[in-house]
This record gives sequence, C-alpha cells and structure tokens, in this order.
Amino acid sequence: MGDGAAVDGLIQLHDLRKSYGRGEKAVQALDGLSLSVPAGSLYGLLGPNGSGKTTSLRILCTLLAPDAGSVRVAGLDALAQPRAVRRLLGYVAQEVAIDKILTGRELLRLQGDLHHLEGGVRNRRIAELVELLGMGEWIDRRCGGYSGGMRRRLDLASALLHRPRVLVLDEPTVGLDIESRAAIWTVLRQLRDGGTTVLLSSHYLEEVDALADRLAIIERGRVIAEGVPADLKQALGGDRVTLRVREFSDAEEAARVQRLVQGCAGVRQVVVNQSQGYSLNLVVEHEGVVEQLRRQLAEAQLPVFALAQSRPSLDDVYLQATGRTLMDAELAVAGLRDPKEERKQSMR
Amino acid sequence: MTSANPSLQALPAEPPALAEISQETLALTRRLFVQLQRRPSTLVAGVLQPLIWLVLFGALFAKAPEGLLPEGMSYGRFLGAGVIVFTAFSGALNAGLPVMFDREFGFLNRLLVAPLRSRSSIVLASVLYITVMSLVQSLAIMATAALLGYGWPGGGGLLLVLVTLLLLVFAVTALSLGLAFALPGHIELIAVIFVANLPLLFASTALAPISFMPAWLGWLAAINPLTFAIEPIRAAYAGQLSLTAVVLEAPYGELSAAACLGVLAALAVGLFLLIRPLLDRKLS
Repeated sequence: MGDGAAVDGLIQLHDLRKSYGRGEKAVQALDGLSLSVPAGSLYGLLGPNGSGKTTSLRILCTLLAPDAGSVRVAGLDALAQPRAVRRLLGYVAQEVAIDKILTGRELLRLQGDLHHLEGGVRNRRIAELVELLGMGEWIDRRCGGYSGGMRRRLDLASALLHRPRVLVLDEPTVGLDIESRAAIWTVLRQLRDGGTTVLLSSHYLEEVDALADRLAIIERGRVIAEGVPADLKQALGGDRVTLRVREFSDAEEAARVQRLVQGCAGVRQVVVNQSQGYSLNLVVEHEGVVEQLRRQLAEAQLPVFALAQSRPSLDDVYLQATGRTLMDAELAVAGLRDPKEERKQSMR
Repeated sequence: MTSANPSLQALPAEPPALAEISQETLALTRRLFVQLQRRPSTLVAGVLQPLIWLVLFGALFAKAPEGLLPEGMSYGRFLGAGVIVFTAFSGALNAGLPVMFDREFGFLNRLLVAPLRSRSSIVLASVLYITVMSLVQSLAIMATAALLGYGWPGGGGLLLVLVTLLLLVFAVTALSLGLAFALPGHIELIAVIFVANLPLLFASTALAPISFMPAWLGWLAAINPLTFAIEPIRAAYAGQLSLTAVVLEAPYGELSAAACLGVLAALAVGLFLLIRPLLDRKLS
C-alpha cells in the first residue's frame, strides 16, 4: 500500500510537491503524492478537508504548477503540453463560479466556443446534455436564481461539452440535496460505463464506497492507502464490533470494560470511542468470539445496551491507515480552515 | 514512420490559430456585451456623469473672464473637448473591474481550464468591449455637446477625435488591466480608480488652459496624458485640421497634434509592454 504509481495509468501523478506561502506560514499541501488512475475506471480520492485533494486536482487540471513532480495524462506531459491536456479533461471545481447574469444555455455556449466546437455541433451537444441532466425546465433562465443542485448539474454539463476522455470532479456532491446527488451519481456511472475515466474527490466515505472502482486515501498530502475498496476491506480481516454497556457510559467504566474485553481470546484492537458516548470498538477474529464475549460480560454482571457486528467498512480501512476515523480527522481541521486564505490560493 | 516521442504522436493536428482565437475572443466579448445589455447602469452612469460635468461646469464658468480662453472661445466650447476625453478616460479606467471580479469569483479559473488557443483572448475581449463602450459614451457626449451649441468637428476632425480617443483608451485600458492583475482585490482597484480619476482631470487642460495655471500645475498639466488627448480634439473642434499646427503650448516647448498623438501612441505601446510580463505570469 502507499505507492500508487503503477506504470499503466491513464492519469499519472508522480511525487507531487506543493506548498503555499513562505517562511513560517508555509503550508505543505502536497508531500510526495503519487497516483495512477487506470483508463475507464471510476476512481475515488478520499481524505479529510485540507489533506491535499483539491490541490492535486488543480495541478492535474493545469490550473496550478507543482513545486516538484510530474503529471501525465494519456502519455502527455501536462506541465509541458498543458493545452493538449486541457482538451482531454473536463473539470468540475468545488467552488463553482458562474456568471449570474447569463442563462445556463449562454454559459454552455460560451464554454463550447472556448473548446472551439463548431456552432451546430455545439448546440446539438448542449441539447443532449440538457436532456441527460434534466435541465430543460430552467436552462434558459439566468444562473443567478439556480439552486446548488442546478448549478452543479450545469457545471457537470459544461465539463462534458467536449466529450472529455477524463472527467475530474472536486467534491461534486457537497451540500447537495439527495435527488441531485443521486442524479449525479447515475450520470457518473453511465460515463464510466461508456468508457470515460472519472476521477472524483470526496470526504464522504459512503460516496466513494458506492461509486468508486478504485480509491486512494490521502492524508497530509500523501497517498497512504490505495486499491479496490472490497480488497482493502477484506485485507483488514475480522469483523467489527461496537459494544455499549450503557447508552452513555463514562471514561472510568469504559476503561474497566476495555480491560475485561481485551482479555478475551480472539479479540483485537479495543478502542474507546469517546465521541460516541464511550462505546468500545473492537475487532473479532471470527463469529464465535461474539458469543464468548456475551458470556463474559454476563459473568461480570455487566449490562449490554448494544452489541453490533459488521464486516469491515471503508471507515475501518481509513482508521487502520490513519489511526483515526475520517469524522475525527474532519473535526480536527474544522476550526483550522481559513476561507480567506483558500480564496487567495485559488485566485490568479 | 517512427517517432522517438510517443506524446507527439498523440497530438492531433491543430486547426488554424486565427479561427480559434477569433472564436474564443468573440465568445468572451459577447459575454461582456450580454452583461451590459442586461445591466446597462454602467453605460448610463458613464454618460450621465460627464453630462452633468458639461452642464454644471459649463454654467459655473459661463462668465469666465475675458482673455482666459484663446480667441474669445466660449467656456462651454472649451470644456467640451475636456469632458469628451474625460468620458473615454473614466470608461477605460474601469476596464479592469470585470476582470478583477472574474478573478475573485473564480470565473477566470473556468476560462483557464478550457484549451484556449491564446490566453490573450481574455485580455483582447476586455479591450474590445471597453473600446466600444468608451467610444459610444464619448459619442453620446459629443452629440449632447453639439445640441448645447458647443459645435461638432467636421469630417476630418471627427476622424482625428476618434483616433485620439482610441489611443487614450488603449493606454488607459492597459493600465487598468495591469492593475486588475496586480492588485489583491476589487476594493483596492476601486480605491486606485477613485484616487486617480479626479486629480488627473484637474491637473489637465480639461477645465482651464495652461496659461491660467500656476507654473507647477502648468507643468503637471503639460505632462498629463489627458492633456495630449484634449488639445488635438479641441483643435479639431476649432476647425483647425493641420496635424503639424501647434495645439499645445507647454512650458517645455510647443507640440503639434501629430506630436500629441505620438506621445499617446508611445504611452499605449509602452503600457502594454509593461503589463505583458504580468499578464503572462498570471495567465500561464
């Protein structure tokens, strides 16, 4: 795990490094990130906010130059031949800028002209995408009045106008209603089935789990795990058990139960989850261990409020790779984000 | 055929550059005009403001002392050339604002991920738009001035007026676009525009001739680009159409209309050369 740079990927990011700012305020956004995305796959980039997802995608889409490293798309060097690479890519950015005063159709026409589509081809393609993404009702209204979901669909359409070989999406469903999200998922699957390579970043585990053929987990500007979701889960081995002796326990009781449970044969990695009412997360080697566990708890006269067992999830893969859950990682950086600084980074 | 470099093989043949550049420039310019059509307040304000100058200032100095102006010219007629130039100047000074907003809101990034044949198209579209808009505003002021009885330049004179305005608009647009990429945000850009606008008007020959000014202000006016645009236009309004006739008596010497235009052209070229590295860096 860790080294994602297989040689045959359609997209190959190799040893990317990038820092923002200078001196003491410098932030290392990418620290030797390598990634290889196979042609025709739907590839997920999973990581908490601030882990370097957006920076990698911006570098891939030629919006940002890395301090070091290389970017290849379909054999083309993106740093040396950015325009050739731009023709192959469609990019849906996270913070989407639209011209509020134009209608959706006018914006798509502009985009089509920037891709040098011939007028008739352009208009037919726009009609196709309006149909595909269900935009017919509002495409001739001004963008200023669009909801988040409408904007995102318009953006997806504008990234698809020139039939790119590679579609890159930065957190495409953040803040969307369930319906828009489902619509976007469907389109992404259709595109993949039609041969388009789709690379999306997300900090939603379930999104990557539901969509991606392959995924990379990014943490502090590096890839720390990479592979097929099912394989990654299977590689962890064992089942996950969440144990609560009471709905809300306390630290002292949790520690006592932890000691008891650790003594059971076939139990590994007992962790106290403070953020969930001092529940215990543990890994059991096989079915029978759970029965043994129940007996021991009963002997110790401990109640059982809940005892849930599941196969390893992507969250467990994340936990295993990073030592913390994705939610904790999100919480850790939640207060550290500086929107002003982020805007500056994206501004030319 | 064999090739050592596989990535070169993957590149499709490029269509003609001119066709692609005009397609993208046209599309970007069209966007600016659609914006203008749906939000015409900029255009209207750009005509109203100089109009108010013309009417109020013209009235304020209608009784200007004899001998202040050359050859018994009325003040309104004198002021006309100044206000026409000021209109074109303020319009062009605002050229950077839409670009700055595109930078701030990230619309520029949307343009930059597209495979533009030349990123100069973005700048070119702004120049086209501002040029047309400034000229329309100036022509509106010229028409109003004519209705107020301040005259109208004859055929050749009109051509001289338009060429002069074009050169000034190019120069100021370059400056404003440069600022739009150099400054951190629209607040700063608006501040610079605000600070530059009126002092440049007062320190020019728009409102009074150099002979009326104290020596130091006369010097300032004589090196102010606005003056180099105002004087040829004033001469055209006076019906004097020789390019070689003296139109500006500066403290450092006498300048013909051709010399004034030369200064403006040099300024426009110089400013474009000056901001080019900046644009290349920001757009690459």
